[in-house]
Amino acid sequence: MYQTVYHRASSVDEAVSLFAKGSEAKFLAGGQTLLPVMKQRLASPSDLIDLGKIKELQGVELSGDVLTIKAGTTYFDIMQNADVKKAIPAIAYLTSVLGDPAVRYRGTIGGSIANNDPAADYPAALLALGAAVKTNKRSIAADDFFQGLFTTALEDGEIITAVSFPVPAKAGYEKMRHPASRFALTGVFVALTKSGEIRVAATGASQTGVMRVPAIEAALKANWSPSAIDSVSISASNLLADIHGTAEYRANLIKVMAQRAVAAAG
Amino acid sequence: MSTVKLTVNGKAVAVDVEDRTLLVQLLRDHLNLTGTHVGCDTSQCGACVVHMDGKAVKSCTMLAGQADGANVTTIEGIAKGDELHPMQAAFRDNHGLQCGYCTPGMIMSAIDIVHRHNAQGSGGRLDEATVRHELEGNICRCTGYHNIVKAVLDAAGRMKVSQAAE
Repeated sequence: MYQTVYHRASSVDEAVSLFAKGSEAKFLAGGQTLLPVMKQRLASPSDLIDLGKIKELQGVELSGDVLTIKAGTTYFDIMQNADVKKAIPAIAYLTSVLGDPAVRYRGTIGGSIANNDPAADYPAALLALGAAVKTNKRSIAADDFFQGLFTTALEDGEIITAVSFPVPAKAGYEKMRHPASRFALTGVFVALTKSGEIRVAATGASQTGVMRVPAIEAALKANWSPSAIDSVSISASNLLADIHGTAEYRANLIKVMAQRAVAAAG
Repeated sequence: MSTVKLTVNGKAVAVDVEDRTLLVQLLRDHLNLTGTHVGCDTSQCGACVVHMDGKAVKSCTMLAGQADGANVTTIEGIAKGDELHPMQAAFRDNHGLQCGYCTPGMIMSAIDIVHRHNAQGSGGRLDEATVRHELEGNICRCTGYHNIVKAVLDAAGRMKVSQAAE
């Protein structure tokens, strides 16, 4: 790891001002991605602004039909949270199969979506549920937030403070896990909103990061059941291909994971 | 350089380190606590697991500065004098190790699993499937895991008894 200067912020405002003073600063959330990337010397921030001790970034609130998870809440705290389990159990499940126990104690939802790894789990949940990303400056719809591999709508120095999820009528998530990294080889999140809209998002599949799957949405609109997806055809063009799986394999995984997610959603 | 103050195995320490120092480097290189191992150095193998404020974390994926003010326990800090921790004793009795490289991390993760399930009131219901699922962040290349899982289940019973006695 290259040299860096570590700062611990105690408030969002302090973090913003520390960030502005660094020449190439980066925010540090749980560090479960950023630190490995720095160890590989693929990132070399001049300054690290640690958000881990900021109290206003911690916690979960359920208010009516909106579940709000503050950005610094760890995966462990999310999967254990009674409101999360009650309002959107698919999020608790997604979190329980993300990483491993030690990673779940440290990693945070804000860190995951800010990084927008093309195989991360949370982007699929945000996109399918039509969540809103709250920052210190504004609110960004999930549809606008994720902009391709490791790219988001965040500006320099902007901090995610929370994610607000509309509570759906039904939701489910399933993924094929990479056996070593636990990232999604392909994961699919399906949601039926309370207003009757069906949204399906796939992660780990596309060359451009998390994406909606309109063909499956249309099939489920006609018939909300796993078998409705049998006849859907998913194109392999623009899908990821690597030593773990071809684009055609991932195209098939999108269907199979969507079917399992619908079955899980009930 | 910064001074990191933390408690390690019950002892308050203050260490001057470069800001880029990882927690595992502070433990091994500055405090000579070499029981905590570095295996993959990519957050996957779990040989570096220690407890920070009671939770199992990968010390190769934390900066020392992030542990400032924390209470850290390493493999060196769990026995009571010559009396092994029940998890260590169970690993020995069940032949839960061969080369031993992954063992410190395995034991620290395993203690965390047992604590977590006992705390949730499901102690005794810690079953083989749960142990296998929750040990997924610890990789062993010798044992095939079978005796590790046996050791954790054995220790879960012993730790329940010793918790009840306390």
